[in-house]
Amino acid sequence: MSEDKRIDEPTGTDFVGHEWDGIEELNTPLPRWWLWTFYLTVIWSLVYVVLYPAWPLISGATAGTLGWTSRGQLESEMQAAQQQRAPILAALAQTPLEDLPANRQLMATAIEGGKAAFKVHCVQCHGSGADGIRPGSGYPNLNDDDWLWGGSMSEIQYTLEHGIRSPDHEDTRFSQMPAFGEILSASEIDAVTSHTLNLAGEGPANATGAQLYEQNCTICHGTTGQGDRSQGAPNLTDAIWLFGGSRDDIRTTIVNSRQGVMPRWNDKLDPVTIKMLTAYVWSLGGGEQSARPDATQAATDGGSSDAGSE
Amino acid sequence: MAAAAMPDLSELTGLGSPLYEARKGVYPKKVDGFFRRFKWAIMAITLAIYYITPWIRWDRGPYAPDQAVLVDLAGRRFFMFQIEIWPHEFYYVAGLLIMAGIGLFVVTSAVGRAWCGYSCPQTVWTDLFQHIDRLVDGDRNAQIRLANGPWTAEKIGKRTFKYAIYLFISFWTGGAWIMYFADAPTLVVDFWSGNAAPVAYATVGVLTATTFIFGGFMREQVCVYMCPWPRIQTAMMDEKSLLVTYKDWRGEPRGSVKKAEKKPEAFGDCIDCNQCVAVCPTGIDIREGPQIGCITCALCIDACDQVMEQVGRPRGLIDYCTLDDAEAEKKGEEPVPPLKTLMRPRSFIYLGIWAAIGLAMLFALGNRTRLDLAVEHGRNPLYVQLSDGWIRNNYIVKLRNMENRPRKVAVEMTGLKGGVMWIQGGSRDAAAQSLEVDVPADAIRKLQVFIAAPGNGPAKEEFSISTRGLSGDKRGDSDAAKFERPGSE
Repeated sequence: MSEDKRIDEPTGTDFVGHEWDGIEELNTPLPRWWLWTFYLTVIWSLVYVVLYPAWPLISGATAGTLGWTSRGQLESEMQAAQQQRAPILAALAQTPLEDLPANRQLMATAIEGGKAAFKVHCVQCHGSGADGIRPGSGYPNLNDDDWLWGGSMSEIQYTLEHGIRSPDHEDTRFSQMPAFGEILSASEIDAVTSHTLNLAGEGPANATGAQLYEQNCTICHGTTGQGDRSQGAPNLTDAIWLFGGSRDDIRTTIVNSRQGVMPRWNDKLDPVTIKMLTAYVWSLGGGEQSARPDATQAATDGGSSDAGSE
Repeated sequence: MAAAAMPDLSELTGLGSPLYEARKGVYPKKVDGFFRRFKWAIMAITLAIYYITPWIRWDRGPYAPDQAVLVDLAGRRFFMFQIEIWPHEFYYVAGLLIMAGIGLFVVTSAVGRAWCGYSCPQTVWTDLFQHIDRLVDGDRNAQIRLANGPWTAEKIGKRTFKYAIYLFISFWTGGAWIMYFADAPTLVVDFWSGNAAPVAYATVGVLTATTFIFGGFMREQVCVYMCPWPRIQTAMMDEKSLLVTYKDWRGEPRGSVKKAEKKPEAFGDCIDCNQCVAVCPTGIDIREGPQIGCITCALCIDACDQVMEQVGRPRGLIDYCTLDDAEAEKKGEEPVPPLKTLMRPRSFIYLGIWAAIGLAMLFALGNRTRLDLAVEHGRNPLYVQLSDGWIRNNYIVKLRNMENRPRKVAVEMTGLKGGVMWIQGGSRDAAAQSLEVDVPADAIRKLQVFIAAPGNGPAKEEFSISTRGLSGDKRGDSDAAKFERPGSE
C-alpha cells in the first residue's frame, strides 16, 4: 500500500506510485463493465468448448455435444445443393433434346452444367477451351463449324454416347483410312498429296494425283473431296485440318493414316449429363440446326438473362 | 453493491484503490428552458424521420418496388425516391458517407459538439430512456432514493415496469430498422406471422439488445469510453470552437445567496446550488471546465439561467462561448457576435468541400446513362478457324438495363472490316452488323456473341461495339473490343 497518497492537481487523480525519469503514472481505473465483458468472453469460450469440437487429442478432438463437424456440414450443404438441383435435372431428363434450345432458361442451365462436366471429363483431349489444344493436334476443335460425324444436337449426342472407335462397343462410330504407305509408292503418294492440296485450293493440279485419288479416295472423301459424314470422312476442301494442313502433315497422314479414339460415355455418365454436354458443345458456335423447325425458330433469340445479379 | 465481490488486487499491485471502477449513477433532474425545448424538437424530428421514412410510398411502375427508401440487399438495389443505385454505382453511397463525415466536420467547426448534444442516436435514445426513468421512478431525488433503497416489493415492481418499457422501446427501435430493407407493409405481416427471413428476426433481436443495454444502462459510458467521435472532436477544437462554458471569472468564488448578501464583494455570481450538475445527462460538473464527458446539450445553461433569474442576477453564467470570447470577456471587451463566430473560414472550407462532393454527385447522377454495355473478349480460344477460311471470335456482351421497364435495344458493331455478328444459338446465315435485343426491366442480359470476319486481315484489329435504346431515352454506351486472328498470340 502506498502510504503517501498524493493527488495530481489538474486531474484530481491519485498516483499509482510508478515513476520513470520524472514521469509518473496516474491511476485511472477501467470501468467495471469492461471487466464484465471480459468475464462474458470467458463464459462464451466455456460454452463453446462444451458445444463444439475443441480440445485436440492424439487422434482427433473432443466431439462437442452438438455433434458438429466440418465434414458433416459439407455433406449437408452438398445434399441441400443436390436437392436444389433435382427439379432442374428432372426437367432436363424429361425434355427431348430437340426441344431444349426452345426453352431458353433450361438451355442456359444445360449449357452451364455441360460446361462444368466438360471441365472434368473432356478437357484432357479437347482442351479447356474445347479448341483441341492447338490446330493440327489431332484433337478436334469443337468451336468451329467443321464436323466429321455431324454437328446437330442428336449427332453430337450420339457421338458422346457411343464414342468414336471406342473399343469393344458395337454402336461406336467407326471409320478407318488405310495406311497408303504400304499400298502406293513414294512418288505416287507425293502426287496424291499434291492433288489433296489442290482440292483445298492450294497448289497446282496434278493429273497423276487426280487419277490415284479417283481410284483410292473417292469412295470415302467423294469426288470433289467434300467428305462424307455418314462414314466420318473429313472434308478435304475446307480450311480445317485435324492433323495439320502443311504438305508434310498431309503426306504423313496419307502414308500412315491417322485417327483418334474417343471413349463412349454412356457407360460412365448419366443421360442428363450427356444431354448437358451435348447442349454445351452444340452451343460453342459450330452447332448445326436439327431437322425440327421449332428449334431453328427459337434459336434466333438465344443468350441468357440473369435479372438482379452482377 | 458488488464492490465486496470484486477481487481486491490492491495488495498485489501496491495500489491504494481498486483496479476497476463501478459506474456512478446519473440521475438527471427535470429542467425546462430554451435548449430543453430545442432538444425535444430535435428528438421528435429525428424519431419521426426514423419511424416514418420506410412507410413513404413512391410509384415506380410495375417493375420496381413502391417504397420510397429501400435497401434491397437480396436484389442488390438501393432505392431513394427517384434515384435507383446499382451495385456498380456504390460510389454514390460512398460519396454520401464521405459527405456525412465532412458534414460532422462542418457542424463541429461551426457549432462545436452539436451532433453529440442533440442528434446522435445514442443521445436521443438516452434522453428518451431518461424520460422513462422520470416517468416511472420520479425526478432525480426519488430516483436516487429508489436506487439506494432496499429491494422492496415496490422497487421490484417499479423496476420490472421500467425495464418492460425499455424493452418495448428497444423492440420498436429494432423493428423499425428492418423496415428499410424490405417492403414495409409486407414485412410487418410476415414478421408477425412468422414468415419473415431469419435475418429479420436476428436483426431485431440484436438491435433490441443493444438499444436496451446502451440506452437503458450504458448511456454516457458509450460516449466516454466507446465512441471515437468525442476524441476526434477534441482534436478538432480550437479557440474559436463553440463550447458550453462556465464563466468562472464571473462565478467564482462561489457562495450561497445568504453569504453574498452579507459580503457582496467577496463572492461571484455562482451560488453553488449544483443545479448544473443535477440536470447533466452525463453526470459531469461543467464548472470543472471543458471535458470529454460534456456533450454540449446545454441543459445546464437552462438550469443556471433559471436560477440566475430567481436570484435576480443576469443570465448566461453558463453559456455557449468560445475560448476567444472567454478571453475577451475576462478583459472586459465585447465578445464576437454569434453570427461572426459561425462564419469563419474553416467552416466555409469544410462546407465548400462538402458542397463540391454533393454537386459532383448530383451532376453525375443527372448525366448517368441507364443503358450500359460491357464487352468481354473470349480468351479461350482466342479465335476459331472456320471451314471457309473466315475467323470467328467470341464475346460476352453484357447489357445492363437500369430503367424500370423492359427495353428493346440495338447492339451495333463498327470498324471491323467485313465483320458480322450473331448470338449464340442463332445462325451465321442470319448474321449482320447489328442486333435487336430485348432486355428485361431493371436487369442484366448476358449475351454470348459470335463475330466472324474474313481471314485476311491484321492479327489484332480494333473495333467497337455499342448499344442504344430504341425507345424513350435513346442514350447508350460503347465499348472498345479487339478481333484476333492466327498469329496474334
